[in-house]
Amino acid sequence: MTPQLSIRGVSRTFTGTKGLQTQALLPVDFEVRENDFVTILGPSGCGKSTLLRIVAGLDFPTSGQVMLDGQTIQGPGADRGVVFQSYTLFPWLTVAQNIRFGLRERSQSEAEQKERSEFFIAKVGLRGFEQHFPKQLSGGMQQRTAIARALANDPKMLLLDEPFGALDNQTRVLMQELLLGIWESARKTVLFVTHDIDEAIFMANRVAVFSARPGRIKTEIAVDFPHPRHYTIKTSPEFMALKALLTEEIRAESMAVSEH
Amino acid sequence: MKSTPSLLPPAMQRRRPVFAPLEPVSPRARWMLGVGFFVLFVMVWAAFTLSGYISPTFLASPVTMVREGWLLFTQYNFHEDIGMTVWRVFGGFAMAAIVAVPLGIAMGAYKPVEAFLEPFVSFCRYLPASAFIPLLILWAGLGEAQKLLVIFIGSVFQIILMVAVIVGGARRDLVEAAYTLGASSQGIVKRVLIPGAAPGIAETLRLVLGWAWTYVIVAELIGSSSGIGHMITDSQALLNTGQIIFGIIVIGVIGLISDLAFKVLNRRLFAWSTL
Repeated sequence: MTPQLSIRGVSRTFTGTKGLQTQALLPVDFEVRENDFVTILGPSGCGKSTLLRIVAGLDFPTSGQVMLDGQTIQGPGADRGVVFQSYTLFPWLTVAQNIRFGLRERSQSEAEQKERSEFFIAKVGLRGFEQHFPKQLSGGMQQRTAIARALANDPKMLLLDEPFGALDNQTRVLMQELLLGIWESARKTVLFVTHDIDEAIFMANRVAVFSARPGRIKTEIAVDFPHPRHYTIKTSPEFMALKALLTEEIRAESMAVSEH
Repeated sequence: MKSTPSLLPPAMQRRRPVFAPLEPVSPRARWMLGVGFFVLFVMVWAAFTLSGYISPTFLASPVTMVREGWLLFTQYNFHEDIGMTVWRVFGGFAMAAIVAVPLGIAMGAYKPVEAFLEPFVSFCRYLPASAFIPLLILWAGLGEAQKLLVIFIGSVFQIILMVAVIVGGARRDLVEAAYTLGASSQGIVKRVLIPGAAPGIAETLRLVLGWAWTYVIVAELIGSSSGIGHMITDSQALLNTGQIIFGIIVIGVIGLISDLAFKVLNRRLFAWSTL
């Protein structure tokens, strides 16, 4: 089966103010099948977000290319929905208007906009908050809106860059379950960047471990827990074993970073 | 309006010192303090003038000022002067805003436009509007066009630059989010840059309107046959300091009212920005 997303020899080098070059990403080869849920796990500053931004079309590779359904990615587009770590809801729009943003941009009919936004508002559990402004919502609710906004566009892929990184632990766990539940029912292709090992294992079918900067994919580990997953699997021996394995992998990389 | 809660724990609030840093005042106390200074100001003024310490030739007393003000309205049709001045300010200011806001948005959004216009506009911003008055009289005569142009020149460059800075300072993460939602570059300008900058632009207009009041009086001091500035020049010739002061106070009051109206309007229109 041909992969939906293929990343071929993608590297990224940033040029600083004095012409100083920093290699953020060594050439990466990576593929994601349709409907797969893949997490990219790595220490902070390893270039995993850079890779996601390149897939999103918000950054460009120094070498190599990214193909989505056989088409080279030239820039950002509605076929790849993105949820960022920072809160990026439009503060002047209500929850419902934020979710309709992409639909309006593609001039969908009012009725269709309404139907889709209501469907996704219900899906992320925000009924009753349609007319609230982002600043009136908690961080978790803002990210739920952001997920709904990305999904309402019906993208081929969902790209998430540490979307729950700024949330408190309890909220984060609930958000993971929410997102996983959505994936289990909608089966979108998901690429999820995180530095949280539990998060990476709990949601993914496959975890790609990134090395310290300059980043590359060090190992890929399959996660075979059946779906739908229940949060209790986090205490199962298999989960623990995977966690121990990934902890070792990440620890080696984090130490490499701190020795720099 | 909701009041800010006290920073101190409830047990300490009874004994809190009035001058604790950042300690809020009640709306009632705020109002009384604000009015209090006006009262104090008038009292000092009255003390110096009514006691004869300062000659009435140089400074009229508050009583004379009020009497002269009454005369202005009843005998000299001062309301027509006020109407004239207000129309000039808003006319010139509206013209400036209509030209400057779109230009400022274009400069903030599109960097080549900014590179093309910014140096020239920055240069013009430092040209004093009042220094153009002799030239404008030459070009536009002594009529209304000249008055409006002084205000236009005084406001337009300021608004352009301030709007450009506000639009250019748009949150990059919101722009990126809009792109990933499929926004075109036109959509970015219309649906991200402009709504995001709108409260800042409105605030800029409020500020510049205040400056426009300064320009209008200068424009009216020279070669004018109506307006508050014209009345002030006339009164100077007659050494009527009471009328001069009354004129200045009227300008202050109108400025205060228009500023307040602007503030209320901005808060209404952009409720989201003050949440």
